[in-house]
Amino acid sequence: MAEKVLMKGNEALAESAIRAGCRCFFGYPITPQTEVAAYMAKRMPQIGGTYLQAESEVAAINMVYGATSTGTRAMTSSSSPGISLKAEGISYLAGSDLPAVIINICRGGPGLGGIQPAQSDYNQATKGLAHGDFHILVLAPNCIQEMCDLVSDAFDLADTYRMPAMILGDGMLGQMMEPVALPEPHESKIEKPWAACGTEMKRPHNVINSLYIKPDELERIVMDRYARYRHIEENEVRYEEFMTEDADIVIVAYGASSRIARNAIMAARAEGIKVGMFRPITLWPFPKKALDRVADTARAFLTVELSMGQMIDDVKLAINCRRPVYLANRTGGMVITPNEILAKIREIKGETL
Amino acid sequence: MSIVFDRPKSLTDVPLHYCPGCTHGIIHRLVAETIDELGIEGKTIGIAPVGCSVFAYNYFNCDMIEAAHGRAPAVATGAKRANPDRILFTYQGDGDLAAIGTAETVHAATRGENITVIFVNNAIYGMTGGQMAPTTLPGQVTQTTPYGRDPQIAGYPVRICEMLSALDGVALAQRVAVDSVPHIRDAKKAIRRAFENQINKRGFSIVEVISSCPTNWGMEPVKALEWLRENMLPYYPLGVYKSKE
Repeated sequence: MAEKVLMKGNEALAESAIRAGCRCFFGYPITPQTEVAAYMAKRMPQIGGTYLQAESEVAAINMVYGATSTGTRAMTSSSSPGISLKAEGISYLAGSDLPAVIINICRGGPGLGGIQPAQSDYNQATKGLAHGDFHILVLAPNCIQEMCDLVSDAFDLADTYRMPAMILGDGMLGQMMEPVALPEPHESKIEKPWAACGTEMKRPHNVINSLYIKPDELERIVMDRYARYRHIEENEVRYEEFMTEDADIVIVAYGASSRIARNAIMAARAEGIKVGMFRPITLWPFPKKALDRVADTARAFLTVELSMGQMIDDVKLAINCRRPVYLANRTGGMVITPNEILAKIREIKGETL
Repeated sequence: MSIVFDRPKSLTDVPLHYCPGCTHGIIHRLVAETIDELGIEGKTIGIAPVGCSVFAYNYFNCDMIEAAHGRAPAVATGAKRANPDRILFTYQGDGDLAAIGTAETVHAATRGENITVIFVNNAIYGMTGGQMAPTTLPGQVTQTTPYGRDPQIAGYPVRICEMLSALDGVALAQRVAVDSVPHIRDAKKAIRRAFENQINKRGFSIVEVISSCPTNWGMEPVKALEWLRENMLPYYPLGVYKSKE
């Protein structure tokens, strides 16, 4: 294990991306993720990579599209309003079967919203990012070490499955500092025979494209892609369980809110209420089967979200509404406290236990 | 018998989908001949637009990337920055380059992005059936300017070469036409120069090609070329607007 260093979330993530072979970064300034761009601007020239500040979020994602079309590992990062602008490009990446890593350090919305931490882009990331039938991989770290590890995995997963992967963080994870063990630099061994990087007169020309005028052809392509998605749902689900074995109430939370929930769990247990936590690490694919198993023993669920409650629908679907599902939340950049969660736990105990 | 006229190697052997009398075929050929002559087919990557030339990725026999509407210069930027030794060209129409993609065009140009842009201006949106383009002339009748383009309502046409010539990053901004043999010869020279500029790392080069659209202008091909000469060339004078030596 490498020696631990104290780093800010956004910077640790950027360094980890470089070590995972990211050679092109295209971005546009937006709070609270600008440190990613600033770090890349400093580091990329040192390693012979590209940092380029684009004229817009739209241009940045299309620069990523161009770079990854040639087989180069490329990344962009932004925050909520910027991700909305990138949506078109992400749809094209998905439709052209291109790998790319997109960072969303989520802030409050809608509209210009605010600049404080939020999780209100859950539905956008996991369900409705842009037009068309498609998914992207969505990974949700809850500490700086995971910011590092998951961005590295995101590049590998994106290349393996030829699809975009998103790290869905929040302003809290991006801005805070923690000790991390940075991964060693590693080269990808995944070959990209599809890349449009010049034929060198050695093969027929490659085409990167998402246009299929014949509907039967487009249907077949989309169905093939969904077969790949089903494979991912079977093989790439990640989650963490915390004290769920004997839990009557299971909190479901990811990212920053899962850290706050931990404190509430300890406080509830001190009062004799058996609470545990199920933390999805992949938001897409959502760990449906694992959560459904938890519902065999848990009597109630509580999602803790920094939004008006978006993941709660996935929880209800995963457990087929077999148990009551409650919501403890703040939104708009307000951060929920352990006491607010504890109050909700007490309320659930009175109602259902 | 020796063959004196053949399909350029850089064009694939498939029928073009363009309408009868459309000049896209000529412009495709000029680009492909240039790639052949410079011997860069194996290191060239083309970016196709959205619009009439959306299927350009089927026609050019080099690696091709289909871009979102207007984003070709950004896509070319990403590909070029990742592969500085490759030759990147975009092939775009007027709606793509001068309306929805104006920001990408202007910023790729001002960065002096070392790419080649082929800009086909026929003053209309062809693929969608003949609506007003950013380059539609005042008074010109289209599906969305049924009484003729009124600048008081729809604004004035944009002159891209004149506009980009003010930017430091531009190595070449030249307007040509393909309505006659002498003009086609000039167009070929300009396109070749735009590719040579890239090989010599001179920066952003754009060749605007004044083109016709018989189908959506509602004219026979020969009449369309006459209309082009009488109406488009006075508004869009041919010539070199910027040339960095």
